[in-house]
Amino acid sequence: MFAVRIHGRGGQGVVTAAELLSVAAFMEGRHAQAFPTFGSERSGAPVVSFCRFDDRPIRAREPIAEPDALLVQDPTLLHQVDLFAGLGADGYVLINTTRSLEALGISELADRLRAERLLTVPASELAREHVGRPLPNAALLGGFSALTGLLSIGSVAEAIRQRFGARVGEQNVAAAEAAFAHVEAQLREPSRA
Amino acid sequence: MPYQQLRYYQAGTFVVGNRLLPPEQRSVQARMDRSNTLTCGHRACRGCGEALGARYALDAAMRATKGQMIAANATGCLEVFSTPFPESSWQLPWIHSLFGNAPAVASGVAAALRAKGRSDIRVVGQAGDGGTVDIGFACLSGTFERNDDVLFICYDNEAYMNTGVQRSAATPPAARTANTKPLEGHPGNEFGQGKNVPLIAIAHEIPYVATATVAEPRDLEAKVERAMELRGARYIHVFVPCPLGWGSAPHDTIRLARLVKECGLFPVLEAERGEVTSVSNIRRRVPVEEYLKLQGRYAHLFEPERDDEVIGRLQEIADRNVERFGLLADPEDARTLPGEATAQARVDLPLPSPGSGNGKEAS
Amino acid sequence: MPSGSLEQLEGSAAVARTVAGCRPEVIAAYPISPQTHIVEGLSDLVRTGELAPCEYLMVESEFAAMSACIGASATGARAYTATASQGLLYMAEALYNASGLGLPIVMTLANRAIGAPINIWNDHSDSMSQRDSGWVQLYAETNQEAADLHVQAFRLAEEISLPVMVCMDGFILTHAYEEVDVPRPEQVDEFLPAFAPRQVLDPDDPVTIGAMVGPEAFTEVKYLMHAKQMQALDLIPRIAAEFAETFDREAGGLVRGYRADDAETIVVALGSVLGTIEDVVDELRADGVSIGALGVKCFRPYPLEEVREALGGAERVVVLEKAFAVGAGGIVGQNVRLALAGLPVTVYDVVAGLGGRPITAKSLAGLLGDVLSDRLDPRPLHFLDLDRELVERELERQHAGGRPGPHAENMLRDLGIVAARSH
Repeated sequence: MFAVRIHGRGGQGVVTAAELLSVAAFMEGRHAQAFPTFGSERSGAPVVSFCRFDDRPIRAREPIAEPDALLVQDPTLLHQVDLFAGLGADGYVLINTTRSLEALGISELADRLRAERLLTVPASELAREHVGRPLPNAALLGGFSALTGLLSIGSVAEAIRQRFGARVGEQNVAAAEAAFAHVEAQLREPSRA
Repeated sequence: MPYQQLRYYQAGTFVVGNRLLPPEQRSVQARMDRSNTLTCGHRACRGCGEALGARYALDAAMRATKGQMIAANATGCLEVFSTPFPESSWQLPWIHSLFGNAPAVASGVAAALRAKGRSDIRVVGQAGDGGTVDIGFACLSGTFERNDDVLFICYDNEAYMNTGVQRSAATPPAARTANTKPLEGHPGNEFGQGKNVPLIAIAHEIPYVATATVAEPRDLEAKVERAMELRGARYIHVFVPCPLGWGSAPHDTIRLARLVKECGLFPVLEAERGEVTSVSNIRRRVPVEEYLKLQGRYAHLFEPERDDEVIGRLQEIADRNVERFGLLADPEDARTLPGEATAQARVDLPLPSPGSGNGKEAS
Repeated sequence: MPSGSLEQLEGSAAVARTVAGCRPEVIAAYPISPQTHIVEGLSDLVRTGELAPCEYLMVESEFAAMSACIGASATGARAYTATASQGLLYMAEALYNASGLGLPIVMTLANRAIGAPINIWNDHSDSMSQRDSGWVQLYAETNQEAADLHVQAFRLAEEISLPVMVCMDGFILTHAYEEVDVPRPEQVDEFLPAFAPRQVLDPDDPVTIGAMVGPEAFTEVKYLMHAKQMQALDLIPRIAAEFAETFDREAGGLVRGYRADDAETIVVALGSVLGTIEDVVDELRADGVSIGALGVKCFRPYPLEEVREALGGAERVVVLEKAFAVGAGGIVGQNVRLALAGLPVTVYDVVAGLGGRPITAKSLAGLLGDVLSDRLDPRPLHFLDLDRELVERELERQHAGGRPGPHAENMLRDLGIVAARSH
């Protein structure tokens, strides 16, 4: 079982991100479950969503307390919410940002985790470029695919296409693929800042 | 308010600044000793018209009642964003009971105060359109019929916003909501008679009924002050845009409130005991389109093609209002200014560029 | 690739499509979290004409919603609505009216806590509050079962002429994406015949529905209601069996055991928490513990014999429920004790998950550890994960006199999360 927790704010597509992840996993023949935390409909509020996928049927219903991967859609949450609670030493973290880990003030996190599993990707910028709006979710999923290798970019793309209309779907796929490439490139470098 | 000739430099907005008015005419919000009844820290969305309206209305009410006031609030956006677990933004005694009973709860509070000989403490009931026009309607009528000493304020953003933008009886025709989507030839929300609660309130012949928008906050304050001079059942219906639910830009909230009046879709008036006593005239009339096209909930009327038929029907509604309520001071003004006038004005406004999204810069 | 008919979609969407497949003729809709996606989905299907003929009424309250369903059903139309929590309470009078009149309305209940204090998250206080309303109550463990139960519900309702509510945990199921084989309209048509009402407002054959009944016959009328509901105890397993034949999967029934046949300890629960419980059962079994679970699928009518049979052989039973009878104790717990009357089984009553507090595998394992080591007293009602200190401090405050203020504000201040008064 692989458990992903996604943090962001209302209006950034955090809930959709978890759903798309579950659809991508489903398309690859896995069992998958996605659900969000709730409040009332309100833009800007911190939102957390969850996705589990496994080769066996998933029966658990509780929020993910010990994620295997974290996707952070909005880094302004970094010092407001305990984003990394329950993350193990082998966990993956992908943060939507153009800044470095030092600039974000989380370089000590890098000591806790495996270097090649803590990465950043400028998802909002890529989204702005390909979709025309800074909605980072699709790009982050592309990045996730590259970072973990657990879901193919093809499945992620297909899930995105299924969800959105033709034009918007392709734009989001482009953003996802760009993020995939970005993360892949980082993983190939022997050392990173 | 007496007339005063003013020359002012219009710095790109339509709002006359407080500094240009004598102190006694300035907004309550300009005063250091304002109540901050709905204080900062609440969780309303950016550009929330309801937060704006509530702040102005309640601070004016608190000033008029010298802070001797109790509020009863229905379930809805205002209640939810003002009492975010675990905090509260309210700086007055405030009770939230249920969705449909705010008027009745307010009546109960008023009755208790009367029984205790404390009628100097005044009562305000508040709800969104859902809690007033739909589920609270029976209780509202009861409060009116009994002439309970309650000022009831409805903040109308024309749908059930807090639960995800579903249609209410206040949803205008052709508007898109989560359950009135423009599918298969439906125009969005159906064209019905609507439910004009201000008119219904007037029909109850209660001491005071008024409509207002958040584009004219001094007007709203004046109406609240007027209401608090009176006793018995009073009703104020405030038009409050909701950027999230309407798909409009957060910075357009006040503009939309102005346009809804100026195009004739929302008459701004006062009534006492069943008779309309004043009508706030449209200053520069605009076609409904100017108002509609700033909102995503009407986007289907313009894309992929213009729906002239539906836009025309909405224009008819506006025209009917203009005539029925005498919204134009001079019938000569019935000629509509071309849309370019508004577009031109907008060019001068120091606005952020479109597509700035959530405004949170990805770091 | 996944098998042909499975889809990955939101629970609400699966339910909306399934309900549409049951061809309701009148849907009354009033939005309340967390049922909104269901009524929105149905709205779209009516708008596009996929669900036709169907009148979709956007009513002004839940009371109006159930009232509209009553009128529609009495006129021979298959009627449906959905609600939760406060909405269910608002239509309470109408619920009793619908069951009293014997109208086969089907309703989705997206289980949510009842206020005050207002809470939009999941627990069973809403459905439990109406357990005696004369409605049949079915509980879904997964979104697949939620969808399937609606098909069975219409069939059941119309056969016994009683209204049925399908309970699915709000947010936990309604807003979760998981795989569902959405019942296809052709399959539903095979299983669900057209609605043939036992009574109908028809100018060609006028009847009076809703007359007053005095002391001379009221008892008999109520007795018949009880008898009708009891008939459901026979009908539900039959319908579930037929469903399994048509749709090639299990859903519904009265109770369902998980590794319970030879278990010394059995955990009893309703709804989605069974999934988490099954995970914990597997873990404990792997450690050699003799433990199983029993899911109650139909709570009303109460399958007393089936519960007695499933639990009678165990040494201890832990009832885990998401509601309780204030001032009295457990609700499901009381019903379980009733079923086990006279048998040497120790019953523990544990309330968990109130107002959406997650029930974690860890807490459950801890609880069961306490039970198995006899550290838990079976007599009182227990609250899982209760912050006892917090509660005790608040109780002290109440005793201190003066004007202590609202409980919620005090306790939250205590938890250190309320900011100091501003200005």
